Amino acid sequence: MRRAILWVPLAVFLLLVGLVVWGLSRPDDTTIHSQMIGKPMPGFALQPAVASHPGLSLADLRSGQPHLVNVFASWCIPCRTEAAQLAQLKARGVPIVGIAVRDKSEDVAGFLGQYGDPFERIGSDPRSQVQFDLGSSGVPETFIVDGRGVIRLQHIGEVRPEEVASVYAAWEQAK
Amino acid sequence: MKPKSQRLTLLLIAIAAVIGAVLLAMSALRDQAAYFYTPGDLARQGTLPASAVRIGGMVQKGSIRRAADGVTIEFVVTDETPNQLRVRYRGIVPDLFKEGSGVVAEGRFAPGGLFVADEILAKHDENYRPPELVGAKGEHKSESLR
Amino acid sequence: MIAEAGLAALWIAAALSLLQLFFGVLALLPGTGRGTAAEGGGGGAGSGAVDPSTALRAVPLPIPGRSVRAVAIAQAVVVGLSFLLLIQLFLRTDLSVELVAANSHSLKPWLYKFAGAWGNHEGSMLLWVTVLALAGAAVALFERSLEERTLLATLAAQAAIGLGFYAFLLFASNPFRRLLQVPVEGNGLNPLLQDPGLAFHPPTLYFGYVGVSIAFSFAVGALVTRNVGPAFARAMRPWVLVAWIFLTLGITAGSYWAYYELGWGGWWFWDPVENASLMPWLATTALLHSATVLATRDSLRAWTVMLAVVAFSMSMVGTFLVRSGILTSVHAFAIDPRRGAFILALLALYIGGALTLFALRVGTVKEGSTFEPVSREGALVLNNLLLTVILGLVLIGTLYPLVTEALGVKVSVGAPYFNLVAGPLALLLVVAMAAGPLMRWRRDRLKAVAGRVALPILITALTLLALVLLAPGLPVFPFLGLMLALGVGAASLAPLWKRNLRRTPLFTYGMVISHLGIAVSLAGMASNAAFTKETLVAARPGESVRVGPYSVRFAGVDPVAGQNWTAVEATLIASRGGGSFTLKPEARAFSAPPTETSEAAIATRLDGQLYTVIGKPDAEGRWQLRLWWKPFVTLIWAGGAMVAIGGFLALLGRVRRERRARFRHEEAYA
Repeated sequence: MRRAILWVPLAVFLLLVGLVVWGLSRPDDTTIHSQMIGKPMPGFALQPAVASHPGLSLADLRSGQPHLVNVFASWCIPCRTEAAQLAQLKARGVPIVGIAVRDKSEDVAGFLGQYGDPFERIGSDPRSQVQFDLGSSGVPETFIVDGRGVIRLQHIGEVRPEEVASVYAAWEQAK
Repeated sequence: MKPKSQRLTLLLIAIAAVIGAVLLAMSALRDQAAYFYTPGDLARQGTLPASAVRIGGMVQKGSIRRAADGVTIEFVVTDETPNQLRVRYRGIVPDLFKEGSGVVAEGRFAPGGLFVADEILAKHDENYRPPELVGAKGEHKSESLR
Repeated sequence: MIAEAGLAALWIAAALSLLQLFFGVLALLPGTGRGTAAEGGGGGAGSGAVDPSTALRAVPLPIPGRSVRAVAIAQAVVVGLSFLLLIQLFLRTDLSVELVAANSHSLKPWLYKFAGAWGNHEGSMLLWVTVLALAGAAVALFERSLEERTLLATLAAQAAIGLGFYAFLLFASNPFRRLLQVPVEGNGLNPLLQDPGLAFHPPTLYFGYVGVSIAFSFAVGALVTRNVGPAFARAMRPWVLVAWIFLTLGITAGSYWAYYELGWGGWWFWDPVENASLMPWLATTALLHSATVLATRDSLRAWTVMLAVVAFSMSMVGTFLVRSGILTSVHAFAIDPRRGAFILALLALYIGGALTLFALRVGTVKEGSTFEPVSREGALVLNNLLLTVILGLVLIGTLYPLVTEALGVKVSVGAPYFNLVAGPLALLLVVAMAAGPLMRWRRDRLKAVAGRVALPILITALTLLALVLLAPGLPVFPFLGLMLALGVGAASLAPLWKRNLRRTPLFTYGMVISHLGIAVSLAGMASNAAFTKETLVAARPGESVRVGPYSVRFAGVDPVAGQNWTAVEATLIASRGGGSFTLKPEARAFSAPPTETSEAAIATRLDGQLYTVIGKPDAEGRWQLRLWWKPFVTLIWAGGAMVAIGGFLALLGRVRRERRARFRHEEAYA
């Protein structure tokens, strides 16, 4: 009996590890559960964040064709890692516009210079006002907005290489 | 006491202590762990929880009112449902607490439905989302000062 | 070049670690020669010719213990070099290295560039393996009293631990990765992280966390060589003391930093990251006491080994919790599971392996001596039990929100739970701590013990009376804490009564001071909880408010600016009785990244601290002010420092005694 008891700590530990692995391996569902899907984008008009690009307003998104709206900042590290994926999407024909939150013009320009510039327009959102109105609470976040200004996808976190396909599909479906 | 029986006794005491600890923890967690509710959750539930809880949602625009003492505020928390919660907080509010933004508050309900907050909670990294608000209406950032 | 050299050094160190493990295992195999048989020319088969027919049985590669020790030292040197190279990269702000670009900035002050090397994930993991290797080298260099085979097994175990973390670094967290495009400037100018406390807190804690690995390795080594006895405990004890001292300092410093930095007067938040440092401390404290029982009385063999395994397991669990992102959200973990999964696998491997070894071997470890329930051993068993139970409760409370979140329910577990479950047990523990040192080994009589604690009990009773008369209506826990603190403090001094103080061993003084430190800390905690006065107002410049015994006049606000921030600074003039002094709390705003912080202004006096914070203005020109008067709150950290000092004295005392004993032994047998 005593022999058996000696194995109890190991057994309990393995059980805990098993539980942890099971709990962690369940698929992450933050990208699907957004409540903003189907809601129209709120009204906004943002000044240009950098001199080289025009600003962004709701009218630009109601032009009849769907857009990818990327909420980012120069000081946000994950934003850098998604630059390549955004470039891929742009190469496949997705029009991309940006909202730079809590940022300075020269920093945004520097960021674009270093990491690439897939944006047609970039609006400056210095107090995260529009970001909050969009229901976004962190950076980076990516939205697919259809031609009537209705949100079709809210992707939280950077767009990873394996997610490019699903983001592109969402844009295509929004047409 | 013979060595063997002493060892066995100690072993049994150890096991009893661990089991006792787990039971104590479970019963304490039942009462002391703070559940998280949005206005919609509370409406669905029907009754207001009596223990300390956390609530979260969006601060309704135009709802922040300062009391005469200058340090107490009242505001309304909403979510995507038509339900609302009135919250009162006495203290210095954190930076990103403003109308139209997300908030998580910890406290209790007073009779009558007013939520008296002990703390307005948040995180200090703009890239993190408080676990409670992931998956809730929009993703609301809240900022910190406890 | 420097980065490549650093990475190369890291690979070499990993290879040395593998060699250390390999050599260690070989040296332990039956049939291999011990150090003496293989002098001169490592590979030979030792004395005499080797009969070819038995060559297979006589293992052809006797590994001298010296070799294993040498490899351990070499590993430490090489990985230390790697770490120094990383620091050099940060000091030069070499932006072609990804880590430097992400975490440093050319305008950062020198000190924070230096500390920035470990202020990030990869750098701190490199620090982890460096300390691990240094610990192994220290054992190789300085451990003289342990039996050779057990020492080699210990070094092999330490190398085995290192291998996993080297693999993690080299395959999942390379600190020396280069960037293809060199950025113009680094990203690491977050002023919130430029704080001396925050900069130097991690290494202190790491020396503690990773130092406990030695105890783990000792335990594994002892189990493998079936050498669990007083000699093993005596050898392990100083190493555990060193790690424990660092943990104590790290936790105390961390608590004080959070207190003055976060701006609302709290000193412990039961935050998962804090708990991750508390849990190893609890386990190591239990281990320390258990090792003493084993060293002195040859009892509690199995317990001591198990506690050593648990202590380092808690270090690793803490590392996993903090590094894997799981604390933010279970789902955040799932987004980048590579790192967390790696550490989880390492955890499972090491802890599972140790527990398996425990189950396999502990049965063959012979029984030690017995003792009566009423005895010092009995008190120490109670001490260990209580510490372990508190550890378990903290662990459950920390993990519970993660478990429920994985099941879809969001729950938070905070101070109400922890204070409720840990509080009473901690008070009980403190009482055991008071009585334990006054009990005799092996067997004691309850009446005799009662006699020895009579004076402390009297002091407690008097305190009780004083509290009831002078401070009625206190909440339960602070009341009990205050009541016990003085009595326990007196009891911790009791071992010194009626002793010749000059001939009392240093380690006894260490014990006394550590226990006294606990009582002092308890007094501070209870006083803070019981007697803190808070004033929260919106005041106009020129108005005065009262807080505790102080009258504070709000003289006005001024704008001020620093290197990378602007702030509103309030001038407060506080006076009590006679003189007055000025406090200037600030509300600072930074621009990159845009944040606001509150810089509290704290005035420390003999009997407490005046803690002041300024908030926001309102439309009528009033400013929010939050003021606290916290009587005797500094005792909390003074007590913590005393605990560490006591540990240091105990360490000195043990090491000196050990050296003297060895000197005498050598003299006698010279």
